[in-house]
Amino acid sequence: MANTTQMLNKVFRTCPDTGLKFHGPAENLIKVNAVAAVVFLLVGGFFGLLVGLTRWQAVHLLGAEDFYLVLTAHGLNVLIFFLIFFEIAILYFCSSVVLGCRLATPKWAWVGFLLMVIGAVLNNVVVLQGNASVMMTSYAPMAAPPLFYLSLILFAVGALIGCFIFFGTLVVAKNDKTYEGSIPLVTFGAMTAAIIAVFTIVSGAIILIPTYLWSIGVVGEIDALAYRLIWWAFGHSSQQINVAAHVSVWYLIAAVLFGARPLSEKVSRTAFLMYIFFLQIASAHHLLVDPGVSSNFKMFNTSYAMYLAVMASMVHGLTVPGSIEAAQRARGHRAGIFTWLRKAPWGNPTFSGMFISLVGFGFLGGITGVVMGAEQINLLIHNTLYVPGHFHATVVLGTTLTFMALTYWLVPVLFRREIVFKGLARWQPYLYGLGMTGVSLFLMGAGTLGVPRRHWDIGFAGTGGITHEFPAAAYTMLALNGLSVILAVFAGAAFCVIIVGSLLFGKKLGDQKMAESWIAKPVTDEEYNANGGSAYAIPGTLVLALVFFVSFALYYFINWKYLAETWGIS
Amino acid sequence: MSSLSPPSKKIWWNEPVHKSELMWISLVFVWGLVMTFMMPYWHVVGKQNLGTETYKTTPAKFQEATEAFAAKFTVRTEGPRNHPVVAPPAGGDVYMLGRLWDWWPTIELKKGETYRFHLSSLDWQHGFSLQPANINIQVVPNYEHVFSLTPTEAGEYSVICNEYCGIGHHLMIGKILVVE
Repeated sequence: MANTTQMLNKVFRTCPDTGLKFHGPAENLIKVNAVAAVVFLLVGGFFGLLVGLTRWQAVHLLGAEDFYLVLTAHGLNVLIFFLIFFEIAILYFCSSVVLGCRLATPKWAWVGFLLMVIGAVLNNVVVLQGNASVMMTSYAPMAAPPLFYLSLILFAVGALIGCFIFFGTLVVAKNDKTYEGSIPLVTFGAMTAAIIAVFTIVSGAIILIPTYLWSIGVVGEIDALAYRLIWWAFGHSSQQINVAAHVSVWYLIAAVLFGARPLSEKVSRTAFLMYIFFLQIASAHHLLVDPGVSSNFKMFNTSYAMYLAVMASMVHGLTVPGSIEAAQRARGHRAGIFTWLRKAPWGNPTFSGMFISLVGFGFLGGITGVVMGAEQINLLIHNTLYVPGHFHATVVLGTTLTFMALTYWLVPVLFRREIVFKGLARWQPYLYGLGMTGVSLFLMGAGTLGVPRRHWDIGFAGTGGITHEFPAAAYTMLALNGLSVILAVFAGAAFCVIIVGSLLFGKKLGDQKMAESWIAKPVTDEEYNANGGSAYAIPGTLVLALVFFVSFALYYFINWKYLAETWGIS
Repeated sequence: MSSLSPPSKKIWWNEPVHKSELMWISLVFVWGLVMTFMMPYWHVVGKQNLGTETYKTTPAKFQEATEAFAAKFTVRTEGPRNHPVVAPPAGGDVYMLGRLWDWWPTIELKKGETYRFHLSSLDWQHGFSLQPANINIQVVPNYEHVFSLTPTEAGEYSVICNEYCGIGHHLMIGKILVVE
């Protein structure tokens, strides 16, 4: 018995900088999943550059066929492969590392990882061969080669294995009593992401397996409307995994940089639970201008289902910066309303990335998402460039930038290497944030002017004379979008260079502690309550929240006014 | 105890919520009610509520109906694709079909009159995007979507496809003309 305990303990190491306990196999799996994520980010980001430069009408880089191919590959690589690989790494970190226990069945985790790699690589192969330019949505009855669906199914099975290993690891921690009471908030958030992931992948199976069978001729017909309904149960929920994961990482970063704890465990956990209960069934906001969907269903779906999930995000939007403010005040930055924010470590990419993500996700992604999710307003926006504009704010500013921010913190902890090019790393989140803010705003601007999404040529040069003249402003927006894409891709490439460079050439840290402190001590009750302070003193955050609320309400009603000006429809 | 540790109080679900959080939660909840109210409210007072009348159809059946409609009300043919220009009577039915890569036929409407549109696709999914009015509707094969449109201004309008439909997607454009 003593021997087995010893053997099990041997595979653990304690990080000298953070005191976190790493289980060897878990650590390796976190590393390979994170590295795979960065590789697919690099590939997908490069395709994004080509998309942006083609949309810029004066440059118009690619031909039509290549444009649709590259757009398909861009979406799949960044929106699916990059994010899910990184999320699996987060799931393993938030279970095994945060709870300090061994990872359940590492061999199965490797099987899952290999399936994901095979699926992602095969998918890229089939798309790059050129017969599968069907976009990420692959709307039936437009068909792709069978391998397209099969590769996605393989990838999804791999990801599903990862989710169950996360649940298994929670059980291991509970049995081994590595923690007392309830699991930490960060792990709780990751758990909601994993539960949503299971729902997502099952929906994906329900639609992709019959579609695969249809592509090989076993199933006769796929109903286009049923495809849309079920595909979006998969497609939208997968975005909800991203949100639950990146909000968990926000709390994680607030904890490691500031020693912050949530204002209220009850409120933050309830908000995570609301993601599970509500947004899952709100995916019908993709069908607001579809035939065959009743108004009552649309209104129920966007109100009961969507607004309650939005409420959850708005609660996190208060409690994440609020918990940072309370911690900063407890550590002495009490003066005025915003000293706590001014004194935050803006030169640390982990903080700047996380905070830019918080603001961009809320102001740009959140507000626009809710507005276009209103049943009638969707008429103005459906399938215009506004839609990619919106989700570049939610997914890229929100999730991708958060994951980048976390990576800067993770590399020294996981790989025991120092970050290289520290000067560039300081600026990288700002450049990426600025570039993506531009992409998001200019795409939404062009969409407001009616420019269609996934469209090679809004100048209609090849139509034999039937044309439409979009306002000159639309062309300007697309040019500005092109410039923003260049900036964002430069900053995204800088991120990849910094991270890969650090893994290969960063100063080895070994068992030595770094010069700077890498994890903040949790703020204690005494610190919160000293000098008449409290763990709930958040005047600055309340001011920011009110600014957000006023912007939200104004923009919401402006769109109703805009809607009232178009043709009558009934 | 930070967010990386178990809650410091074991019975965390009974802790009172502080008033700054409660205020925000209440505000956000009321805002959700306001937004929920706006949609049915617009059904009562607004003029832009997309109809949801839908019938199962087939590409052959819908093409036949559209061709019969065009045969009845064509006033001339024009444009690079030699499309019939079809001018239905005010208040009448209008059929328009989407196919790879064309909207057919060209429609001529009178400003201020209301028409019953029938919309479907003969092959893949398409997107009916009426510009510059900026009205965007999904077009799905085997479903005939019926709704009313009332043009508010005269002019030449384009119907652009905004659902990706293969390699010729950017060639798919049609016209709706609105006369005084």
